[in-house]
Amino acid sequence: MGERTVIPFGPQHPVLPEPIHLDLVLEDETVVEAIPQIGYIHRGLEKLVEKKDFKQYVFVAERICGICSFIHSLGYCLSVEKVMGIEVPERATFLRTMWSELSRIHSHVLWMGLVADGYGFESLFMHSWRLREQILDLFEETTGGRVIFSACEVGGVRKDVTVEQLQKIKSTMISFEKELQEITNVFLNDASIKSRTKGVGVLTKQMAYDLGAVGPTLRASGVASDLRSTGYAAYGKLNFEPIIETDGDCYARTAVRIRETFQSIDLVKQCVDMMPEGDVRVDVKGNPDGESFIRLEQPRGEVLYYTKANGSKFLERYRVRTPTFANLAPLLEMLKGCDLADVPVIVLSIDPCISCTER
Amino acid sequence: MSILSMTKTLMKSVFHGPYTLLYPIKKKEVFEHTKGSIEIEVADCIHCGLCQRNCPTGAIQVDRNSANWSIDRLDCIQCYYCVESCPKKCLKMGNQYSAPAVKKVRDEFTNARVSGN
Repeated sequence: MGERTVIPFGPQHPVLPEPIHLDLVLEDETVVEAIPQIGYIHRGLEKLVEKKDFKQYVFVAERICGICSFIHSLGYCLSVEKVMGIEVPERATFLRTMWSELSRIHSHVLWMGLVADGYGFESLFMHSWRLREQILDLFEETTGGRVIFSACEVGGVRKDVTVEQLQKIKSTMISFEKELQEITNVFLNDASIKSRTKGVGVLTKQMAYDLGAVGPTLRASGVASDLRSTGYAAYGKLNFEPIIETDGDCYARTAVRIRETFQSIDLVKQCVDMMPEGDVRVDVKGNPDGESFIRLEQPRGEVLYYTKANGSKFLERYRVRTPTFANLAPLLEMLKGCDLADVPVIVLSIDPCISCTER
Repeated sequence: MSILSMTKTLMKSVFHGPYTLLYPIKKKEVFEHTKGSIEIEVADCIHCGLCQRNCPTGAIQVDRNSANWSIDRLDCIQCYYCVESCPKKCLKMGNQYSAPAVKKVRDEFTNARVSGN
């Protein structure tokens, strides 16, 4: 047994897009324990709910995270709508679903780029992000924003989409799928990538379940848990099956995300085909009064929103439990026993989003 | 062969040339609804102050006495909540971004008809 050393990993590290600090306790080159520390980018966004009225807070809610911004605003709007008993027009639910799925594609392709950068595969990183531009352009054309859309509001959506735009989304999805196929073949079949991911950071089914893993991290360990199957927004009307892999290693988590991206492309196409006619927003009168609890599926996993309103225009409490927070405990288990050189890949394999976690 | 899985994509890139635009010679086209910056038709403004009250970041200031409407471009988050709340529809979201700035300056607009200047 070698001597124990502690190596600090982060908050500034080439593979980390956002700051998290891990104290890695090593025996020779093997990690025996990882001690996390977060709190570098806490912004007090939950507290802001007492200062901004419930209609203004949508713009704060979507700034909780830069990648899943739309789904955060959707979660907030669904929570307040549940409290106020608002029925959203059907076209709005389909638009919300379509933008959520496009966000998922954009998040997963972004992650592919980051993880390729983590392996040191620079050209793959560049090509992943090149493909992602097409999705960002679709966002810009339909909502006006590339990352922050301000498209969701309490009572529906603020932008309608024209028939031409819907057709463009569909044709882009068809060409995007072909181009993505080339890139994902590399992720799944390349020998050098397989050597970095196969059998690395294994999380067994039982461990994933016990430690409360969520999202692709949980599904890669063989647990078929996907909140989209609960049918929120328009998911209940779409043809959808959760994607699972059973190995629980970094390769399985990559495979789940890649297969989910293709599934999301299919869901966007379904949304375009089934898009109903009609209004996209309803007038909201009065103030919310009551409590609600909402669970949604973000690209990184299950997110929980708790909302408490007291009849005034300011909410009393808004609580978000984000997927990365839930995935930190499984991450620490995955890191035990791995090589120091594999730490960046394992950390990236849960797709950490620290600004969500700290809010 | 699995170690050459990237070759096809790379060969395509070699002959394709850069995917990025040669800015500033060639600029990216903006879409019709791109959220650029807030524009005001100040002659139609009645200085009711609804935009100021609704702005989530407090970027807008309206002074009824001097018929002045001003916006801090760096504070504005392009949510166009003001555009939706304007009763006279004199605000709109333009698709051109505001110019880069090195310090915070308020863009001022004064309604000459009301202020009598």
